[in-house]
Amino acid sequence: MSEATTPAGPSHGTGLRAAIDLSHKVRPGEAAIKAVLLTSAIVSVAITVGIIVTLIQPIIDFFGEVPVGDFFATEGTYAVLPLVMGTLLVTVIALLLAVPLGLGAAMYLSEYASARARRWLKPTVELLAGVPSVVYGFFALQFVTPTLLQDIIGLEVNFTNSLAAGLVLGVMVLPTIASLAEDALSAVPMSMRQGSLAMGANRMQTTLRVVFPAALSGIAAAVVLGMSRAVGETMIVALAAGAQKKFDADVLTGHQAMTGYIAQTFGGENPVGSTPYNMAFAVAGTLFVMTLILNILSMIVVRRFRQAY
Amino acid sequence: MSAASAVAAQVVTSTLASGRSKDRDLRSILFLGALWLSLFFGVIVLVALIVDTAIKGSGRFDKELVTNYASIIFPETTGFKAGIFGSIWLMVCTAILAIPLGVMAATYLEEFADTNRWWNRVIEINLQNLAAVPSIVYGLLAVAVVAIVGFDEKGVLIGGAVALALLILPVIIITTREAIRAVPQDIRQASYGLGATTWQTTWRQVLPSAVPGIATGTILGLSRAIGEAAPLIIVGLGVSVLSVPEPGIAGLSDSATSLPNQIYNLANQSRPELATAASAAIILLLVMILGMNAIAILIRNKFTRSW
Amino acid sequence: MSTQPATATTSPDEPLGISLSIDEEAKHSVIGEVPAEAVMDTYHLNVFYGDFHAVHDVNLQFGKNEITAMIGPSGCGKSTVLRCLNRMNDLIPGARVEGAINYHGQNIYAKGIDPIAVRQHIGMVFQKPNPFPKSIYDNIAYGPRVIGMKVDSMDDLVEGALRDAALWDEVKDKLKQSAFGLSGGQQQRLCIARTIATKPDVILMDEPCSALDPIATSKVEDLMMQLRKDYTIIVVTHNMQQAARVSDRTAFFTAKPDETTGNRTGLLVEFDLTKRLFSNPEDKRTEDYISGRFG
Repeated sequence: MSEATTPAGPSHGTGLRAAIDLSHKVRPGEAAIKAVLLTSAIVSVAITVGIIVTLIQPIIDFFGEVPVGDFFATEGTYAVLPLVMGTLLVTVIALLLAVPLGLGAAMYLSEYASARARRWLKPTVELLAGVPSVVYGFFALQFVTPTLLQDIIGLEVNFTNSLAAGLVLGVMVLPTIASLAEDALSAVPMSMRQGSLAMGANRMQTTLRVVFPAALSGIAAAVVLGMSRAVGETMIVALAAGAQKKFDADVLTGHQAMTGYIAQTFGGENPVGSTPYNMAFAVAGTLFVMTLILNILSMIVVRRFRQAY
Repeated sequence: MSAASAVAAQVVTSTLASGRSKDRDLRSILFLGALWLSLFFGVIVLVALIVDTAIKGSGRFDKELVTNYASIIFPETTGFKAGIFGSIWLMVCTAILAIPLGVMAATYLEEFADTNRWWNRVIEINLQNLAAVPSIVYGLLAVAVVAIVGFDEKGVLIGGAVALALLILPVIIITTREAIRAVPQDIRQASYGLGATTWQTTWRQVLPSAVPGIATGTILGLSRAIGEAAPLIIVGLGVSVLSVPEPGIAGLSDSATSLPNQIYNLANQSRPELATAASAAIILLLVMILGMNAIAILIRNKFTRSW
Repeated sequence: MSTQPATATTSPDEPLGISLSIDEEAKHSVIGEVPAEAVMDTYHLNVFYGDFHAVHDVNLQFGKNEITAMIGPSGCGKSTVLRCLNRMNDLIPGARVEGAINYHGQNIYAKGIDPIAVRQHIGMVFQKPNPFPKSIYDNIAYGPRVIGMKVDSMDDLVEGALRDAALWDEVKDKLKQSAFGLSGGQQQRLCIARTIATKPDVILMDEPCSALDPIATSKVEDLMMQLRKDYTIIVVTHNMQQAARVSDRTAFFTAKPDETTGNRTGLLVEFDLTKRLFSNPEDKRTEDYISGRFG
């Protein structure tokens, strides 16, 4: 029945001679597979370590040449704050568009749509996230700025401007926010809705006053994750937000964002090890830390305020 | 009908006697209208984008778009051969690098790991963080990884593939884990109860049942990879390439570009012919990506098994 | 085969290092007539899920070629005990077992014991029929394949298992069809056939009929009586009539709430020949339960 291996260790139980071999089998295949799978899982941690290791040496080199004060300054060749400003401008515009629309879409999907409709509507909304960002960037440059902002609305915007970049970025993060917020709303137990409806509240009141507050932590996490995606997005800002480093909030003009700077530096002819090259790593490090903080924030929000339904 | 609407329907019925529904007052209707608009705003933008781009690119849906290399001298017949083949190559290499690794990691985490161990929780949190790391940062990592492996040249196929594989690995791991978790515990218990080992149970029962979910996640991950340009800029792809990587291992060190990168290079050009060509190329890219998404959604909807 | 270990008798005299209110009862189980030849026994079996004490000090013996029923109200730990008998509890994170479960004289919880080997000898049938999403044939062949059984003809083995499970005539023309196409009762008998295909020694059944209608239930009960000739069967049921109909011996469990935490810890009340336990129970709690005053 089972292959005969020598029993490991002394006999067990009450000391009777083992009639049936139940001792541990050596399964080399099983052990090897487990080791391979574990290695694969460890690779995911190695990626994070790799990112940090990759960033750190050029950053040290950079700060060997440029004082920290010149980096965290509002103007100058090596100032990062104008880039942070560029990133924040487009991010705020994006969120102003994406948060209300994303939450509206989420509420419709979760509270009003039939299960059948939701099955098709949700993937359709998610399709928006599948559009490549270079396409969005092109769209901002070729349609939103000249046609929508200049011709239809009549704004005096530059060829590249933070407004168009931010709006299109908002469209891009909308599905992220809608999808995650919908998950949070759907997780609210039916009994809470029934309780509200049974007291004579209508569906709007139930949605806004019962379901929405109950799902608030999940919704907050969705918004934070959407923000993190907006901060880290490259191609839209590289194309549509321009390449001027400016520390102001005039959204009708262009502002280079952090990712835009990195892409420009690497797309250009900066030799490896030069100060601009190393500065791109310092900017990337700042960006990495920013998204990390946002992400950890979203995890804390979810964990801290997780409702025990 | 969702359960919420079922409950609401009862409430409506009960208020019918008074002749008016509480869900039909003005504010409710306005609210519902706003929700509708929110939902369809994205769709409207998508349609506007596709229609606008298709009109702009309509002059260039020709054979040269696919068969010619990029040309500034003859902008009216410039083509995307290098980008199209580059993207296909990148996708194949990315899939080979990322899918086995991602599925194996997910399998370990779901079927073998003891979730109470601290290191498994570290891996868990780490994965969530990696999924939110900006794509451009993966480009920086890929440059370092490729240099370690021994490719010093910038802009080679393998560099791009490594960047994209690193980028989608967390996506594949997370979606595969969800697919594995959706396989009911009953199946595992039945298998263990017969004296199967963990691997036998995983390989013969769990993974086959999880294949549709894994396929969906993988296709979505690859469709994200094929549209990415930022990490490829970092590894040096996208400068004018007038060749297609050689098939086979030798092609890995050939210089390559991708369709998104070629589009990016053209977007800032002022020649209207180049903008037209870029528009046509975008439609091509969108067809590829939306097609992959559609396949993924179909798989998900068709094979969702109710256990 | 093996003589009965001289361990499992009545309540523990030596302290187990567990201080619970139920420990104060010096003698908490009534043990009647024990089987002459036991295949398995539990010895001061305690089960914990994390800090939760799920089962307290169970001493039982399972007779060869007998059907032993474990009955009791829900939450009394009977299923937990059953799942310990082939180490299925290993799959629950945080589960911990104290005491011993001896199988042919070997403590299956001793160090160096392979739970996979244990399960190859001690098969299990679950509450809800859980066929694999495969063909009927592959459902049966799966077990022999994974444990590496040497078989001359898999076809014969499949046919034999299906015949033994009284399912052959119903499915012989659709062996390649999905097992999901069978009725609930047929699925459960398929699960039994799947278990006996690996030629186990003991078959554990966890409320095997709770998801079935009365006709399907009676078919499964008939099958259990048949299988008793070749196998030792341990069945958990909360259907007292079923226990009375099919089993040779019955163990009655109850759940005792902890006074401070309110957690319910399961313990064995009485173990005896089925006919004696149902006709003339010694313990008041058993009597209350079987007469329907509690439960």
